[in-house]
Amino acid sequence: MTETPRIVTEETVLSFARGHRLQHDRVRDLWIVQAPEKAFVIEGAAPHILRLLDGKRSVGDIIQQLAIEFSAPREVIAKDVLALLSELTEKNVLHT
Amino acid sequence: MTLPSPPMSLLAELTHRCPLSCPYCSNPLELERKAAELDTATWTSVLEQAAELGVLQVHFSGGEPMVRPDLVDLVSVARRLNLYSNLITSGVLLDEAKLEALDKAGLDHIQLSFQDVTEAGAERIGGLKGAQVRKIAAARLIRASGIPMTLNFVVHRENVARIPEMFALARELGAGRVEIAHTQYYGWGLKNRDALLPSRDQLEESTRAVEAERAKGGLSVDYVTPDYHADRPKPCMGGWGQRFVNVTPSGRVLPCHAAEIIPDVAFPNVQDVTLSEIWNISPLFNMFRGTDWMPEPCRSCERKERDWGGCRCQAMALTGNAANTDPVCSLSPYHDRVEQAVTEASERPELLYRHF
Repeated sequence: MTETPRIVTEETVLSFARGHRLQHDRVRDLWIVQAPEKAFVIEGAAPHILRLLDGKRSVGDIIQQLAIEFSAPREVIAKDVLALLSELTEKNVLHT
Repeated sequence: MTLPSPPMSLLAELTHRCPLSCPYCSNPLELERKAAELDTATWTSVLEQAAELGVLQVHFSGGEPMVRPDLVDLVSVARRLNLYSNLITSGVLLDEAKLEALDKAGLDHIQLSFQDVTEAGAERIGGLKGAQVRKIAAARLIRASGIPMTLNFVVHRENVARIPEMFALARELGAGRVEIAHTQYYGWGLKNRDALLPSRDQLEESTRAVEAERAKGGLSVDYVTPDYHADRPKPCMGGWGQRFVNVTPSGRVLPCHAAEIIPDVAFPNVQDVTLSEIWNISPLFNMFRGTDWMPEPCRSCERKERDWGGCRCQAMALTGNAANTDPVCSLSPYHDRVEQAVTEASERPELLYRHF
């Protein structure tokens, strides 16, 4: 990865951009993000992270909550959360 | 017996009626009339059954879906079922009040079609005077509403040189996405193929224009090429009966919108059979599903699970047998028919417009 200025920090508050949403696909038992004319599957930690996006919590609050929920070191969680949320913000799936 | 994996998306062709008469219309040559159209209760049931079956996105299409007075109700039903709803419209019937009602009903996305960037070009294809001004107005209303918008441009020999202007218009109107779709040669498009098919030089120029725009960033571009200039077929519909289901205005259920040209098979109707039964066990949906049906050269081809043998309707239209390899493939014994079409397209016959 190239080093670009981070658009997402622990202080950022994010929500889904219009036309995008997190959804559980109960027929296939998968988590998906619905987007304009496509839906993509998200796996692993991603659904746990994205379901906490409510336009109110900061990224730091989300990291804190997941660190407690999964009894995992905060810095490990922080790395995953910031990477995912930065990527989805760059793709305009999320916005501030 | 294992059931096939469920469909991802539903194309709900609410009507074949349309104020435009584009000569490449994706509707079949045999258009369905208003009297044959499904009522609101039946469409509601179709949406419920689709969600139950595993459909994630519903595309409300036509004809012009806005001629249906129950469109807003059907969008509400989709929302209640957690189906992502997309409206595919020409925009000529859209006004502020209708857009607000669709927005309140929970519409997720709009795909707005343009026939060209110039008024003369647009009217020559769509056949409706004043359409371009109404489309521009519709795009501005959609932009102001915040509903995500994709502009769709169907391109062909007459307008393909104006792709850079199409992107400029999309940026000016604030569209998040643009679809540059070369005409697909089925039904009306096939009837007008010799008048619409671009030359290889035009195709290459259009691909360069798309690449240049993508390099600028800030606009998501979908690009659909005409397969007549290719040597390997497209994975049509992501494979027959694998991801996609189409319901026609009268309730016929099809693996793709052109499938009614396939002979010797019954087209099941949602008024007689459940959607799940049609998807899972109907002869129509199983006739070209997977790879067991394939002849050579597909059967032993390493690409068979990538392109699924290409398009069945194209095989039907150009070779007379829907079970043949798509003749776009250079390995097909009928590939010369595609090459011949490219040569013949250098003439300039008159356009034949869609009509009932």
